[in-house]
Amino acid sequence: MGNNLDALTTIFTEFYYWVTVVFMFLIHAGFLMYEVGASRRRNHMHTLMKNAMLIPLVTVTWFLFGWWIYFAFINGPGINGGLADAGFAAPFADIMGVNLQDHISGVFWAAFLLFSWTAASIVSGSVIERIRSGAFWIHAVLIGSVFWTIDAAWGWSASGWMVQLLGYHDAYASGVIHAIAGGYALGVLVVLGPRLGKFAADGTPRDIPPHNPWMVVLGLFMIYTGFWGFYAACNVPIINAAGIGGLMGVTPELVGETFTATTIYLTPTTLSGITFNFLMSLSGGLMVAYLISKGDAFWTFSGGLAGIITASAGNDLYHPIQAMIIGGIGVAIAYKMHFWVERRFKIDDAVGAVAVHGYAGFVGVVICGFMLWGAPSSPLPGYATINPIGQFIGAVIMFGVLGFLPAWIVSKILDKAGILRVPQRAELQGLDYHDEAAYNAAVADVQAAEKAALK
Amino acid sequence: MSTMGLDSWAVDLKDVGTVYPFAGSEVLMVIICLVFWLGFHVYQLKAENAQWDDSSHDADDASASDSIDRY
Repeated sequence: MGNNLDALTTIFTEFYYWVTVVFMFLIHAGFLMYEVGASRRRNHMHTLMKNAMLIPLVTVTWFLFGWWIYFAFINGPGINGGLADAGFAAPFADIMGVNLQDHISGVFWAAFLLFSWTAASIVSGSVIERIRSGAFWIHAVLIGSVFWTIDAAWGWSASGWMVQLLGYHDAYASGVIHAIAGGYALGVLVVLGPRLGKFAADGTPRDIPPHNPWMVVLGLFMIYTGFWGFYAACNVPIINAAGIGGLMGVTPELVGETFTATTIYLTPTTLSGITFNFLMSLSGGLMVAYLISKGDAFWTFSGGLAGIITASAGNDLYHPIQAMIIGGIGVAIAYKMHFWVERRFKIDDAVGAVAVHGYAGFVGVVICGFMLWGAPSSPLPGYATINPIGQFIGAVIMFGVLGFLPAWIVSKILDKAGILRVPQRAELQGLDYHDEAAYNAAVADVQAAEKAALK
Repeated sequence: MSTMGLDSWAVDLKDVGTVYPFAGSEVLMVIICLVFWLGFHVYQLKAENAQWDDSSHDADDASASDSIDRY
C-alpha cells in the first residue's frame, strides 16, 4: 500500500468481501430452515445435521485443495495449456494465514467457500429422508471442493479456458453454481431412488407435503437475503485499467483512469445496475411462478429464486425489464420440467432443487448467449466474444459433464458398497429413531425422578 | 455487431454510458413490462374468482362450523 488511494482501495476491498461472507451465511441458515421445514417430523434432526455438517467438511477440504484447484485448473489442464502455477493457493503457502503483506486471500477464499457450501446445500435438499449422511458428505466434498471448483476455474475466472475459447459468460453463476448443483442432484437422485410412498403402484406421483410450510417459505426468504451477498461477492468492487493489468500481468484493452466495479471476468458493471436486475428478475420469477402454480406458496417462493438464477448469467449487463422477462421464462420452463421429469422418470426431488437450480440455471446460460451475442467476454485481448454456441456448450459442461455424470458414477459406487441409502425399515420408522428413543428415555428418567421427589 | 453496442472493451470508461442489450428500444420494453404487469392482474383475478366460486359451492354449515372451531 504505497499511498492513500492504494490503502483505501485495499482495505475497502478486504472489508467488502468480508461483509459478503457474513451475508452469505444467511443462505445456509435459509437452506437449513427450508430443508427441515420440508421434511417430515420423524426426520428433522437427520435432515438438519446432514446439511449442517457439510459446513466443516467443505471448509476443511476447500482449505486443503479446493482453493488450489480453482487457480491451478484454469487451462483444463490439457485444453488450453498445462497445470497453472498456483502455489500461492496451496494450504502451506505463507499467505494462507495472517500475513501483513496480504489483505485479500482470506476474504476472497471465504467468499468462494460460501459458494461451495451453497453448491453442496442445493444437492442436500433433493435427497432428504432417505440418503445416509456419510454418503451425502462424500458428495458434499466432491461438489463443494472439487467439481464446482473445476467449473469455476474453467468458466468463472478471468483466465478460464471456457472464457478464452468459448466466450463463456456467467456473471452471477447461473451455470457455475446452479446448473452444476442441479445436475449433480439429478445424478444422485437417479441412483438413490424416490422416498417410499412417493409413487403409487401405477407410477402416479404423490405430493409429500412439507410439515411446516411457514418454515420453508421463511427459509427461502433468508436465501433471497443471502443472495444479495452472493451477488456482491461475484464482483470486484473497485479497479481500473492499470489495476487489471497489474492483476493479470497483461495489458488490457481497456484504457483510461476511470475506476469501476467489474464481474469476476473483470468486465465493467455497476453495483447499481445489478441491483435493478436482481429485484426485477426476482419479481418476474415470483409473478410467473404464482400464476403457473396457482398461488402455491412453495413454488411461488422457489420461483422467485429461479427467476434470479435464470437471469444471473447476464445480470451484469441486462436491462431490468429484460431481467424480469428472462426470470419469468426460466421459471415457466423449470416448473414444467420438474413435473414432466417426475412423472416420466420417477425422480423424487424433495424440494425441486433440480428444477429451481439446474433447469433454470441451464436455461439462463443459454438465453445469455442470445441476449449478449457479440459482447466482449473480457477486457483482455484475444478472447472469444459471448455467443449462443459457446453458452450452450458451457451449459452442457456445467449441468452434464461436471454435474450429472460424476454424481451418477459416485452414487453407483456408493450404492454397490451398500452405503448410499438408509435401510427401508429405518426410512419407515424415521431417520431420527435413535435420537428420539434417547430423548424419550431421558424425559422418562427425569419425570420419574421428579415424581419420586414428590413423595 | 454486439447486442450491447460494444465489440470489445477497448474503450475509456469515461466515454461509455449505456451497455445493456438493445439500447434504444426502451419504450418497447416498457410496453412489454406494462402488458406483463396488467396481464398478471387479469389472469390472477380470473383464477381467484373461479377459486372462490368453487369454495362457496362446497361450503356447508357443518364444515363452516368446523372451521370456526379450529379458529
